[in-house]
Amino acid sequence: MSQPLMELRDVDKYFGSTEALKKVSMQVEPGKILCLLGDNGAGKSTLIKVLSGYHQPTSGKLMFEGKPTRFATPREARQRGIATVHQDVGSIPLMSVGRNFFLGAEPVKGRWPFRSIDTRLANEVAVDQMQKFGLTRVTSGDQLVGTMSGGERQVLAIGRAMYFGAKMLILDEPTSALGVKEAAMVLKMMRIARQNGAGIVFITHNARHAMSVGDTFVVLIQGEVAASFNRGEKSREEVLNLMAGGEDMSELEEDLEQID
Amino acid sequence: MKRPEAGAFAAFLITYLFFALATPGTGFVSVNGTAGWLNLAAELGIVAIPVGLLMISGEFDLSIGSTVGAASMILALGTNQYDLPIWPMVLLALAVGALIGLANGLAVVKTKLPSFIVTLATNFIVIGATMGVSRLIANVTSSSIVASDSAKFVFAARWGQANISILWWLLVAYIGYRVLSRSVFGNWIYATGGNLDAARGAGVPVQRVKISLFIATGLAAALVGILQGVQWNSGNATYGMGFVFQAPIVVVIGGVLLTGGYGSVTGIVLGTALFGVISSGIFYTGWNTDWIQLFLGLLLAAAVLANNYVRRLALSSK
Repeated sequence: MSQPLMELRDVDKYFGSTEALKKVSMQVEPGKILCLLGDNGAGKSTLIKVLSGYHQPTSGKLMFEGKPTRFATPREARQRGIATVHQDVGSIPLMSVGRNFFLGAEPVKGRWPFRSIDTRLANEVAVDQMQKFGLTRVTSGDQLVGTMSGGERQVLAIGRAMYFGAKMLILDEPTSALGVKEAAMVLKMMRIARQNGAGIVFITHNARHAMSVGDTFVVLIQGEVAASFNRGEKSREEVLNLMAGGEDMSELEEDLEQID
Repeated sequence: MKRPEAGAFAAFLITYLFFALATPGTGFVSVNGTAGWLNLAAELGIVAIPVGLLMISGEFDLSIGSTVGAASMILALGTNQYDLPIWPMVLLALAVGALIGLANGLAVVKTKLPSFIVTLATNFIVIGATMGVSRLIANVTSSSIVASDSAKFVFAARWGQANISILWWLLVAYIGYRVLSRSVFGNWIYATGGNLDAARGAGVPVQRVKISLFIATGLAAALVGILQGVQWNSGNATYGMGFVFQAPIVVVIGGVLLTGGYGSVTGIVLGTALFGVISSGIFYTGWNTDWIQLFLGLLLAAAVLANNYVRRLALSSK
């Protein structure tokens, strides 16, 4: 087995006396998609924040590329190649695709004081990168991001992170606000990113989306890893039951049917 | 139709044609008539450009008016009261303008209070301080300026009816255009006003962007104070008070969104030119110039509505 990109060993996280994470252990491997499943309030957000450097573990170990690591800031984590793409994506609607793509790392041409953004290059690279990740509808880098759909913005954000050398992608509910087609587009993109060798942490509460792309699965309940398994080891029903905290979802569904 | 300056361009064209057709034979379209409205627009235009860039980044600056007056009084007190040469006083005035901008910028980013209120306070503080200090030193709040020939040329040359301030306006507009539309910093201005968190997340130094723009408005306002002072041979603490609201008005007429994140220097220039055409055109019609305010108010209302519409157009696909 290859060396994990990131590994947590018995990580605890306390806020005051509240224990948000209890002895969490997990491994993110390059070229694999780890699905982090859990109901609301299960500790997913806290875990993401530990992975992306916003929070430091109270105790336990965080290993990055085989070495014990402590990220002082999210910025440091980002510089080491950990990119977090949030649900709201963080793009700027009234700016063009090219300008959004290179925000904070703009390519320039010419000499000061006539140095300017190389808009043509920025637009070409941005469109090219999105097409690589399966988004073919956007053909002009001058298009405003506000005209793009939610899924397309996810593709832009993920493509951007990959272009700037992210080794690990943390995708926070990238499909949950999307329609069926849009979600399929984002899932397809995750597969392409995996082929390119990225280690992906896919946070979701949609078991169907998770099962369609996941290589390994971690189910979180009340801050604890309730289950951790590989692709094909559990059925969708079992996963759903786990996420619901051990209650039998099929029974719940039967209850619901009786109401009608 | 989707560009931010589209509305301002249409409004400028219609207004210009209206006055051109309504005042035949009066010289509105002549060289001198054109110089007339350009003169009126130029000084406002010099402050409107950095104010516009600042508004695109999501902040206001209402302190420009008093900075204009303060700069002119620095020239007056220095050259008249202390018999100092004018050029060092020009530098001092610019430095004070930059300092006022820096103070505004720091106050806004550190306190996170709305810049509308912070700079409104600065406006009163600066005009009050200018008057108070002038009284202490010379027992006046306005005084004449002694300018050298070189200073008179650079800040007050005239060719026919045209003032050199028109050239200064063009220069500031060109710099503003390079910065906003071409430079990396311009990208950061749009990002800061468009989505502050996303900009910060992408590593844009949003505080530095805002502070730099506040300094730019302070510098521009001081430049206008110097231009006015040398042109009229006097300094006065109350110079420039008209700009306090005129500048944001022409910026909005030029298509800059009040909420930030959208706009262009071309639009701001057109908005300012429109102001010049109206102010000067009314005079040619022989109507009472009191109507100017009414015109401006209506234009502003129309512009805010139009901007909202243009924004939605820009965000609709295709």
